[in-house]
Amino acid sequence: MTGQPLLTAESVTKFYGSRLGCRDIGFELYAGEVLAVVGESGSGKSTLLKLLSGQLEPSGGRVLYRMRDDVTRDILTLTEAERRFLFRTDWGFVHQHAELGLRMGVSAGANVGERLMAVGWRHYGRIRDEAETWLERVEIDATRIDDRPTAYSGGMRQRLQIARNLVTSPRLVFMDEPTGGLDVSVQARLLDLMRGLVADLGLAAIVVTHDLAVARLLSHRILVMKDGRAIETGLTDQVLDDPREPYTQLLVSSILQP
Amino acid sequence: MIRPVLAIDNLAKSFTMHLQGGLAIPVIEGITLDVAAGECVVLGGPSGAGKSSILKMIYGNYRTDAGAIRVATGEGETVDVATAEPRRMLGLRRSTIGYVSQFLRVIPRVPALAVVIEAASAFGIGGDEAEARARRLLTLLNVPERLWSLPPATFSGGEQQRVNIARGFIADHPILLLDEPTASLDAKNRAAVVELIETKKRNGTAIVGIFHDDDVRERVATRIVDVTRFASRAA
Repeated sequence: MTGQPLLTAESVTKFYGSRLGCRDIGFELYAGEVLAVVGESGSGKSTLLKLLSGQLEPSGGRVLYRMRDDVTRDILTLTEAERRFLFRTDWGFVHQHAELGLRMGVSAGANVGERLMAVGWRHYGRIRDEAETWLERVEIDATRIDDRPTAYSGGMRQRLQIARNLVTSPRLVFMDEPTGGLDVSVQARLLDLMRGLVADLGLAAIVVTHDLAVARLLSHRILVMKDGRAIETGLTDQVLDDPREPYTQLLVSSILQP
Repeated sequence: MIRPVLAIDNLAKSFTMHLQGGLAIPVIEGITLDVAAGECVVLGGPSGAGKSSILKMIYGNYRTDAGAIRVATGEGETVDVATAEPRRMLGLRRSTIGYVSQFLRVIPRVPALAVVIEAASAFGIGGDEAEARARRLLTLLNVPERLWSLPPATFSGGEQQRVNIARGFIADHPILLLDEPTASLDAKNRAAVVELIETKKRNGTAIVGIFHDDDVRERVATRIVDVTRFASRAA
């Protein structure tokens, strides 16, 4: 494990006009660490995720990322080529709605292969083999490789989106409510799959979720947001088992036990 | 005097229940305790005295209000759990502190054998060796082999607990925390756990445990520390 963080957020702040998106968010994320960002809708979680992944420009503060050459850069000062490299290769982005992260008009195989071609793969047979391997890894039958995602169920689409993201061996994956909107049994399968992949590949991930069970299963650390601020952070099990802030106590005590 | 592997110094803990109008529940204060390699220190006292809370604080699962929990790492460093960064704490859990909780936290779809192997891998024990150890422990703890490939969600309480114990004992952490590991076990399995504890002690593991049954406690304890004298008086 290297001593330098992979991603550093320094007082990241976003105002939409006079309305606060999020304020003074700071943390360090190291290789292989999974950070869950939890809070209710409107707490600023998704804004934060967009800021961290360079899709939104902060009103204050900055986001630093250690590139593959070990040089840490402010993501806003990257060249266009460097940004493309991050988005196509070194980062993954798993959307809640798989349709946003997939190309619905082309086959599953093409969805996975496209990311490989973007990093210079040219040999059709090898791309197809790799796509097949990844479909199997996310538990999609390889015979479905030529189907379009429109013919897939919600859970399969989400797994396809994950395969598309992970095929280029990213070091950091952003996930926005990755299990939102799925049936509980489908969620469990997806969670277990993600948990295994994250551990096997040594991925760092930032997972936005309102589901504390997802946070407990996937993440090492947690950041609780309320009204745009990080009100509590720490080890996931520590924050969930010994919550200190009134709002975190409310969140934890609001979970229904089956 | 041997340098303790674990040194608890003037530890205090209370809970503030914000949903109950900020009600403060004091748990423990002023506990000081050194544990050396090869020792099994048993925490005694009635339920509610704060025994589990002490173990959870050592594991970094509960936060502390005051005091220090100094842990000697394999690399000859000392880390204070009370102030350690999350990343440091995760490292300690991988390399130094093992913990057997009262209940197994079941993960959907992961089979019993994999649940146990996973704990060895996290510690850095490789594939074949990890599997061999997992098989040996599950056999020793009388978990029927036909269950190994199934996720423990549908197991009985006792079977889940034995998987949990195998998970906790598979690695070679220098410090092992045991929270009533024998609570839901029959005599035969209690004896198996006692044997496992004795082996760990011989190998130099420092153990802090809570045990329900007097016979188990008498057999494994190097000494018994009654935590009642550190219990905070109810407010």
